[in-house]
Amino acid sequence: MSEMNLVQAIQSGLRNAMREDQDVVLIGEDIGKLGGVFRVTQGLQEEFGADRVLDTPLSETGILGVAIGMALHGLRPVSEIQFADFIYPGFDQLVNEAAKYRYRTASELHVPMVVRTPYGGGIRGGQYHSQSPESLFIHTAGLKVVCPSNPHDAKGLLIQSILDDDPVVFFEPKRVYRALKMEVPDEAYTVPLSEAKIVRPGEHVTCVAWGAMLFEALSAADEVRKQGVDVEVIDLRTLWPLDIDTVVNSVKKTGRFVVVHEAPRTCGFGGELVTLVVERAFLHLEAPPVRVTGFDTPFPLTHEREYLPLAHRIAPALLQTARY
Amino acid sequence: MQVIRDDGSLDPNLDPGLSIDQVVALYKAMVRTRVIDDRLNRLQRQGRIAFHVGSLGEEAAIVGSAAALRDRDWIAPCYREVGALLWRGYPLQRYVDHMYGNAGDPVRGRQMPDHTFSREHRYLSVSAPIGTQIPHAVGVAMAAKKRGLDECIGVFFGDGATSSNDFHAAMNFAGVYRAPVLFLCRNNGYAISLPTSEQTAVRTLAEKSAAYRIPATRVDGNDVLAVWKAVRDGVDRAAEGGGPSFIELMTYRMGGHSTSDDPRVYRTEEEVDAWRRADPLLRLRKHIEQRAAWSAELEADWQAVCDAEVRACVRQAESMPASELREVFRDVYAEQPWHLREQEAECLGGPRARDHEEGSS
Ligand SMILES: Cc1ncc(C[n+]2csc(CCOP(=O)(O)OP(=O)(O)O)c2C)c(N)n1
Repeated sequence: MSEMNLVQAIQSGLRNAMREDQDVVLIGEDIGKLGGVFRVTQGLQEEFGADRVLDTPLSETGILGVAIGMALHGLRPVSEIQFADFIYPGFDQLVNEAAKYRYRTASELHVPMVVRTPYGGGIRGGQYHSQSPESLFIHTAGLKVVCPSNPHDAKGLLIQSILDDDPVVFFEPKRVYRALKMEVPDEAYTVPLSEAKIVRPGEHVTCVAWGAMLFEALSAADEVRKQGVDVEVIDLRTLWPLDIDTVVNSVKKTGRFVVVHEAPRTCGFGGELVTLVVERAFLHLEAPPVRVTGFDTPFPLTHEREYLPLAHRIAPALLQTARY
Repeated sequence: MQVIRDDGSLDPNLDPGLSIDQVVALYKAMVRTRVIDDRLNRLQRQGRIAFHVGSLGEEAAIVGSAAALRDRDWIAPCYREVGALLWRGYPLQRYVDHMYGNAGDPVRGRQMPDHTFSREHRYLSVSAPIGTQIPHAVGVAMAAKKRGLDECIGVFFGDGATSSNDFHAAMNFAGVYRAPVLFLCRNNGYAISLPTSEQTAVRTLAEKSAAYRIPATRVDGNDVLAVWKAVRDGVDRAAEGGGPSFIELMTYRMGGHSTSDDPRVYRTEEEVDAWRRADPLLRLRKHIEQRAAWSAELEADWQAVCDAEVRACVRQAESMPASELREVFRDVYAEQPWHLREQEAECLGGPRARDHEEGSS
């Protein structure tokens, strides 16, 4: 066990996976000598060599397309896309190729790869260093989408994602990178995909969140507790395929549902979650489900703290839902 | 290509024949760019602005290119070229306001610092995703050609951008449609930590243009007169209907990639020192001093003028309110649809975050 922040825990997971399996390779921009712009891969090129930690030319198409080829021929590539905002040049490779290879070859060929990428706002990054594009990948059949909120889950989920036989897009909340530390095992372990976690049990309202917004949901839950509202907070951890039972069972218990995400509201994952809840727990609902989200604009700079669905916006939504 | 020799004299065969006043004006613009850069780096370290991406060591490549373009020509910037925008007369106050994302910021607090634009100065908008501006430049050039306008466009990008899809698409289109565009590639040795030698297996970036049948020139990018000449030759070719040019500006990023970077992790002090001796400002200063057009005294005066100017702009910027909150919801579409009207009302009428920056609304 060591005290680790999110950066250290992900790094530890990569190191364990690379020590255990020669076929795990890292591929991305500035991940070698520099150790990545967030230092997640620091020291890994030194330990594993330049043929397992590739500092690539500036091309997301190259990074993702080549990773697919490597995965088709026996390697387990873990790509780093420097910021989720810069994934789009490689979007075609992920959406049309990685996601569909298994389907179009009847599982004879498949693409066991992980795409790690920091996402989200709150670091004064403006339009192009703050985006949360998870719903684009959830919408794409064939991709799994993971988004841990804390160091312990992140390491276990990452190792499990590397072991998984399907392509996984692994979103890292960059706002959390150095924000908290916790005890994390030094050795390898896994956290299963598609298992949500009830991080705070409660009776009155179900609140679902992931990544950096989980902490905002928890702090809003603390706030409304003072006013007698007892919130059950669920950390999804894997966004897709979803742990539907944990979410629906919770709503059946509380009868009220609030979902929080940084991404813009329209066609955000919140809309899908609300639909699933309505379809499966309609008769249990005591109030209309509520989405607390980023607004339907590009991500701003100066007023990012108003744009983000921080605790000051979540708490009123929880109260409103509880008192409906 | 080099025009200013190491001893400060000019190569008579390549001298583009600028007047001494013009040359001094270039020098002063380069010094001003550097003084501003230096101030912004300090402001970032003090936490007064969020970020800065500078042009230390690349001033000749940037200012020299801007000076060789005509006023009616367009510029498609990467993100280090504010020196080109200032050369065109962009008010320094507006730039500093942008760096603060305050009520005077033409970008309305929506983008990171150093991501500005100016339609008035024919300077397109800076976008962080690498390479995206290169095809835009080809489109602007094709539009100018179709509309019968005697205009061209210079598009700036780094060595790293030559690995992007957009670069290759743009070069191919420019070659096919003979677009009046100048590809201004600042080969500053690095893309963040990756040296150009690991970015590509070709020996010179100019080689890439051969594949698209675009004529290429490779110039000493720390020699402002060589830059000026190469770019003006490209403008002339475009004006005569000769289509695109590729200009590889050989220079060096003397600072970090941005204020977020620590270059000591991936390069040696000796390497940087060698390039310090090739500083574009030193070279030009030697030349104008030889021609008795500059002196230590003039240097000190000009630096003081530039420094006072930027400090005054900073004082003013810091006294301004933040950009208005409602600006978050504007300019998404030409007309604001119902859902954004609702969301604007929800946000403006809702609770404020704890450390809300007061806007002027
Ligand atoms: C598509 C994309 N991928 C990654 C990045 C992150 N990034 C920002 S600048 C940069 C290096 C750019 O190098 P170069 O094109 O040589 O320009 P320079 O910074 O040296 O002027 C990278 C990788 C980005 N902005 N866009």
